[in-house]
Amino acid sequence: MNIPAFQWISAQWMSVPLMSVQWSLQLTIILPLLTTLAIALAKNVPNIREAISLIASALLVLLTYNLYHNFTQAFAVKVVWLELMPGLTLSFTVEPLGLLFALMASFLWLVTTLYSIGYLRHQQQPRQTRFYQFFALAITTVMGIAFAANLFTLFIFYELLTLSTYPLVTHSGERKAIHGGRVYLAILLSTSIVFFLLAIMGTWLITGTLEFTPGGVFNPTASTSTNAMLLILFIFGIAKAAILPFHRWLPAAMVAPTPVSALLHAVAVVKGGVFTALKVCSYIFGVDLMHNLGSTQALLYLVAASIFLASIVALRQDNLKKRLAYSTISQLGYITLAALLASNASIIGGAMHLVIHAFAKITLFFCAGAIWMMTQKTQISQMAGLGRQMPITMIAFFIASLSIIGLPPTAGMWSKWFLLQGTIVAEQWLLLLVLCLSSLMNIFYLLPIPIRAFFSNADTPYVKSKRLEAPLPILIAIIVSTSACFILFLFPQALFELAAAIVPARGP
Amino acid sequence: MTTQLPILQVIVPLLAAPCCLIIVRPKLIWGFALMASSVAFVISISLLRQVMLTGTITYALGGWSAPFGIEYRIDPLNAYLLLIVSGISWIILLTANTSIAAEISAKKQRIFYVAFLLCLAGMLGIVATGDVFNLFVFLEIAALSSYTLIALGKDRRALTAAFRYLLVGTLGASFILIGIGLIYMMTGTLNMQDLSERLPYVLDSRTLVTAFSFVIIGVCLKLALFPLHWWLPNAYAYAPSVVSALLAATATKVAIYVLLRFIYSIFGREFSFVTLPLQQIFAVLGVAGILTASMMAIYQNDVKQLFAYSSVAQIAYMMLALAMNSSNGLIATLLHLFNHALIKGALFLALAAVMYRLGSVQLAQFAGLGKRMPWTMSAIVFGGLSLIGTPLTVGFISKWYLVRATLENGWWPLAIFILSGSLLAAIYVWRIVEVAYFSPLSAAHSHIKEAPLILLLPTWILVLANLYFGTDARLTLAITTLTAQYLLGVMP
Repeated sequence: MNIPAFQWISAQWMSVPLMSVQWSLQLTIILPLLTTLAIALAKNVPNIREAISLIASALLVLLTYNLYHNFTQAFAVKVVWLELMPGLTLSFTVEPLGLLFALMASFLWLVTTLYSIGYLRHQQQPRQTRFYQFFALAITTVMGIAFAANLFTLFIFYELLTLSTYPLVTHSGERKAIHGGRVYLAILLSTSIVFFLLAIMGTWLITGTLEFTPGGVFNPTASTSTNAMLLILFIFGIAKAAILPFHRWLPAAMVAPTPVSALLHAVAVVKGGVFTALKVCSYIFGVDLMHNLGSTQALLYLVAASIFLASIVALRQDNLKKRLAYSTISQLGYITLAALLASNASIIGGAMHLVIHAFAKITLFFCAGAIWMMTQKTQISQMAGLGRQMPITMIAFFIASLSIIGLPPTAGMWSKWFLLQGTIVAEQWLLLLVLCLSSLMNIFYLLPIPIRAFFSNADTPYVKSKRLEAPLPILIAIIVSTSACFILFLFPQALFELAAAIVPARGP
Repeated sequence: MTTQLPILQVIVPLLAAPCCLIIVRPKLIWGFALMASSVAFVISISLLRQVMLTGTITYALGGWSAPFGIEYRIDPLNAYLLLIVSGISWIILLTANTSIAAEISAKKQRIFYVAFLLCLAGMLGIVATGDVFNLFVFLEIAALSSYTLIALGKDRRALTAAFRYLLVGTLGASFILIGIGLIYMMTGTLNMQDLSERLPYVLDSRTLVTAFSFVIIGVCLKLALFPLHWWLPNAYAYAPSVVSALLAATATKVAIYVLLRFIYSIFGREFSFVTLPLQQIFAVLGVAGILTASMMAIYQNDVKQLFAYSSVAQIAYMMLALAMNSSNGLIATLLHLFNHALIKGALFLALAAVMYRLGSVQLAQFAGLGKRMPWTMSAIVFGGLSLIGTPLTVGFISKWYLVRATLENGWWPLAIFILSGSLLAAIYVWRIVEVAYFSPLSAAHSHIKEAPLILLLPTWILVLANLYFGTDARLTLAITTLTAQYLLGVMP
């Protein structure tokens, strides 16, 4: 990084903000939206269409990075778009958790776009224009979720995210896909309309505001039964976090093409869910009130059950994508658990896990997609000996698995460290046990896949088989996301600082 | 001139109606009717302005002062309703010429315009008058003309639907008349203002309880409150599309106005909600209506019928809001009067466009239309979103106030029912979306073009109004809050 020209450019970019923070904040939402239009215009020229997607996603990374660079104080910047009625606004703000989410989502959008280009072209999938359009639309809504200044804004984009990803889930148009899409819509819409919206309205009625506020909007000592009820409604309403009774949509959505599964299950939808849970717990209820609420403990056990059971189910899946889906359910539980524990360490751990799990899980999905694309194999039992044909893919799979399990030298270690610390601080020994057991099961359901790929040749007697690596764009995407797992292990400082800025400055 | 506005509001369409018979060419009749309707629209705007500025306007018909002659009284509630009725019917009339050309034979088009204007005059009269018997007369004018309008539908089933509506409507009207007669017997006056002053002295008589029950049941028949709704779906489904739009958007609103007038201005809130168990009745029927009618809507294959059932559900929402017996509940009812008029106006006009191109509104016919008729279909999507109560559409604003009123009353389980109603709405709207956007186009429809501009423009005016008033509700909130305060007697 010592190239003078680069330094000069970066100095220019950073020292003279090209636009005010307000503008770049709004642009993060407008830019992907404009991209959908641009893609529609270029629908007959695939090269230009894909170039637009790539450039737009690269620009979005720069925009979010610019926001991060100019970030000084949480909630300092605020943009109001609409005021529906007095006090109910559509508005955006910058705060650390949202920034973290936006940085991760925009970066992974770039990587996934690269991957999709390789994937869709190789597969010669139909309706590619529609795919890229809704892909960009989904990112628009993710940015809206990330920078929402109040629950109402967040709710709108939360719903839009569900709707904009439906055409992606049912992309193939087959009967199975339509059915999966229906389950997906039914669960996400019904929980959000019936529980989430009700919780939002109840919050409005009790506190008179929906703005995200450090320390929460409720009176920290008012641990009434109504507030406890509201927390339950929130946690059930945010079904994107895939907590136990409302998790069915996630495996159902596995009918989607792999780039979609990757983006949905690693970045956009599920992370939108746990992000919302984190935001509600830290900025609406506030860390102090969370400890006093009667329902917190019950919900913690529910989430723990969710983690544990999903891990067990994952162990029993032979379909690789299904196994990854259940693994996601259990990993999301970690973050919701962190949000509910609501100690400084756990919130930091949850926020870090949000990012770190995203990188690891997207790598796993990328690999699953690459395997399916090159060999048409979906079942784990068929994958023995695959390491010889696809060494890079399987090595990436191995590293990402380590990160999910939480072993050094991968980033997963850091988030798990803080999560465990959070349970210890709260003296929740049962939860500590569940987390450890779940890690153990992670080892059992993830590691055998790369190990058997390299060291077993049960299926194919040793043949000098041909290299079958995926096309270059896909390999680049896999390598980038894998190396992120490493880099975040070596340099977690920036991530930690951002996560630590969420919680009020006190000892952990 | 401005002092004559209250009567002009009613008399212009009333006199314009027979004049249509003189004109020969349908296009000219349309122009003439449109002119009359625009005049009514402009008058209603200036009336609302005047009421907001100076308060209630009274007008003695023929110079006979109140207790002897008929009095027209325009207060915030009337003015608001006049604006809804004349505004929506004006927009609907814009499409009439094109739309009925496809659905009504040339001979009968003249009758259509006569009946349309009479219906408009009747509804405006119901709203404007301050005399209960005069109200009944206009009720009959509006009802008789709407039977005619429904019977004009090209499907033969329109006749039976109209006949059924006639039976129910007559029954409802007789009930109202009996109620009015009993009230007159007890008080000796028909003027609403006088009634509200004299009724408190005789309220404990059983006759008045009977009178009140007759009026309420009569009105509920007219507004199709569950379980008195069974005449409505067929009437909407087989009427010409323009008529469905008119009835769905305005007729039920006027019936709700009558209910509000009787409850709040004539009998008083105390009598209706405390002495009589109206709150419980409306709450139970409201919830049952929302859930049942929404479920029924899910199973309809005729999209007009689907939206007709959804109308029954939406009326139940308004009644439920009324049952809250609180300021915010009343605001929710009033908001939804306007918002639902916008929603259903937009949806039925979009269906008129589909009808114009396809000659049918069976759900199966919609397959793949999202590509062929993008503007029409997206209008249905936006209208549907508003129906569900998605944020940034008007449906959300009224639902927000409704749930807020529910929670303020501490009726938490009810709030869950209301939101489940939204969910059911999401299901029936989704059925249309799935067919229109995610099903392949049938070969028979490959030549279908987008609907003509004259149908699309009014539809989209209403759709944009849905979005505008959904994103900036300050104006509607100001009017409805003022009206609610007026009705609750917080403000003179």
